[in-house]
Amino acid sequence: MSEFPGFMNIPLADWIDRFMDWVLANFSGVFDAIGHVFLIILLNIERFFLWVPWWLVIAFVGILAWRVMHRWTMGFVMALLLVLIGSFGYWKMAMMTLALTTSAVVVSLAVGIPVGILMAKSDSTETTIRPVLDAMQTMPSFVYLIPALMLFGLGKVPALFATLIYAIPPVIRLTNVGIRQVSQDTIEAARAFGASPRQILFDVQIPLAVPSIMVGINQTTMMALAMVVIASMIGARGLGLEVLLAINRIEVGRGVEAGLCIVFLAIIIDRITNALATRQQKSLES
Amino acid sequence: MEHNNQTDQAEEICVEVNGLWKIFGKKAAEILNSDLRFESKETILEKTGNVMAVRDVSFSVARGEFFVIMGLSGSGKSTLIRMLLRLIDSTSGSIRVNGEDILKYNKKQLRDFRRHTTGMVFQYFGLFPHRTVLDNVAYGLRVRGVSKEERLARAQEAIETVGLKGWEDHHPSALSGGMQQRVGIARALTIDPEILLMDEPFSGLDPLIRREMQDELLELQDKVQKTIIFVTHDLHEALKLGDRIAIMRDGKIVQVGAPEDVITSPADDYVREFVQDASPSKVLTAGGIMEQPEALLYEWQGPKAALHTLKDIKEDYAFMVSRNRRQLIGLVTLKRLKAVIQNNGSFPEDAFEPDPPTTAPDVILEDLFPIAAEADYPIAVVDENGKFMGEIQISSIFENMIQGREAVDDE
Repeated sequence: MSEFPGFMNIPLADWIDRFMDWVLANFSGVFDAIGHVFLIILLNIERFFLWVPWWLVIAFVGILAWRVMHRWTMGFVMALLLVLIGSFGYWKMAMMTLALTTSAVVVSLAVGIPVGILMAKSDSTETTIRPVLDAMQTMPSFVYLIPALMLFGLGKVPALFATLIYAIPPVIRLTNVGIRQVSQDTIEAARAFGASPRQILFDVQIPLAVPSIMVGINQTTMMALAMVVIASMIGARGLGLEVLLAINRIEVGRGVEAGLCIVFLAIIIDRITNALATRQQKSLES
Repeated sequence: MEHNNQTDQAEEICVEVNGLWKIFGKKAAEILNSDLRFESKETILEKTGNVMAVRDVSFSVARGEFFVIMGLSGSGKSTLIRMLLRLIDSTSGSIRVNGEDILKYNKKQLRDFRRHTTGMVFQYFGLFPHRTVLDNVAYGLRVRGVSKEERLARAQEAIETVGLKGWEDHHPSALSGGMQQRVGIARALTIDPEILLMDEPFSGLDPLIRREMQDELLELQDKVQKTIIFVTHDLHEALKLGDRIAIMRDGKIVQVGAPEDVITSPADDYVREFVQDASPSKVLTAGGIMEQPEALLYEWQGPKAALHTLKDIKEDYAFMVSRNRRQLIGLVTLKRLKAVIQNNGSFPEDAFEPDPPTTAPDVILEDLFPIAAEADYPIAVVDENGKFMGEIQISSIFENMIQGREAVDDE
């Protein structure tokens, strides 16, 4: 009786395989187009990061951190972390990783914020999208790396695609939550003065959801950064690739160096976006 | 139509509500078309799960009138005021504003109506926390699409009207409750609406601030002369502010009338119970309790004639009025009059009591107490043009309070 009855088997795997074949046969043009757009975004951002002189990046990050956290020591520490990345010899790699992360964040926001708004506007949309977001966050990333490869081929584009899938849910969720938690009293007041739904959205709901959206952006950025090692397996160059190579060759020192660089980038991005988010929150409260 | 300040002119109806119903829930139409609609709120809730909020409400408000809707929480008053600009849709009935049924408006017409005709003030202020006071106040004009320059100028004006000058660039959270509600009032005034809708605007404020805001609202109304529909659960507030009061219970209006009518002849036990708490000192006015003196002195009379009059009515004082308009000139006392005659002093000047107590007819008894405490002679009631209307004996103030209390208790 421990055997599950055979007649209840669902051949989901076969169906999905057949579906993938069908998609590849009929929609490869669509995916080529999407891939092309991704590539343009990615290449331009990467070109920019590799073009900016290293000292300018360090100065910019240092000053930005100092301004948003109101402590010059924080600015100094953030700049120092970047200097360390350079000293380890990973400056170029770090800039490539930063470019991939930035591209993923830009696309995530461009897609995620509108989706979050749609979700907030209708309960049925919310119930439909929620499980999809859950799946995106919990599905082991290797599972969608393969279809991404099949659709976009090897290289930067599937890496960006995989990073997107993993990183986009927080910004969608927090946009949705941010808009939903805007007080009904405030919305009612706007309605009473004859505001149209569009005016309510842009004048009241979105501005009041900004702190929540900022937290979403912070989380999305961190998750994008967490994907770089995995993304490097399908051809994204950068710090992730260094880690991967070091593991393959059992070079512990090199692995730790590259790993530390990822941690430094994470700390810098997290502290700065987090400070921006709390500053938004405070400006609403006082 | 009941008495109010505008009875002199022909009254123009501004808002007319007819047979208005609101049932929350999916079976609204079904309930409305059956006898179920006459059942109590509790029965309907139990049988259908729907909530009867407003039940066959009809009333009309004249232009420039201060109309108060009063009821306890759950009486449907907040739902009713929201229905007047369709923040909540009605189940059935009609709402005519300037003759047009706003329930027939499409979305665009409704937005235009809200943008131009009505301004609303909320119990919980409903301010935009991310905008400055100035931008909050200008919001109604922004929605209308008025240029930035003009809307900020008009907002500035409204801010000065409510006494918030200097706070323009602060965010609402930096302001106290009373000040936040001033922002709310300014925001409604900026669009210069015909009708001001106020949903318990002062309920969230502490009692001292509340009184101050009520006084200021009355002063403001003197200046702007809007049609005001004001919702409150506070009887004293209703009596103080309203030209007329509608009392709501379980979604129905049980009585509409001037404050004094509601106090002196409550329509049913519910209203009676309500007004029992009302102190006559807050309701009765100087004009309501004043009496006509037995005799007046006239400015052309000589001192001897005056003395004769006083002896005739056996009083030690009398008011002197002017020849044509009955303007109050002064209070002649017996003691001073005798001194004038003995010493050949100038008449009538030397026979006048210095600073005789006077009051306006719409002053409530409570506010007469401090005057009465100082007064040696009766208080003269004088209208805004200085015309003498009557006198109030100090003792009668207290008699009226006791009688007022008994009148309420007896009914």
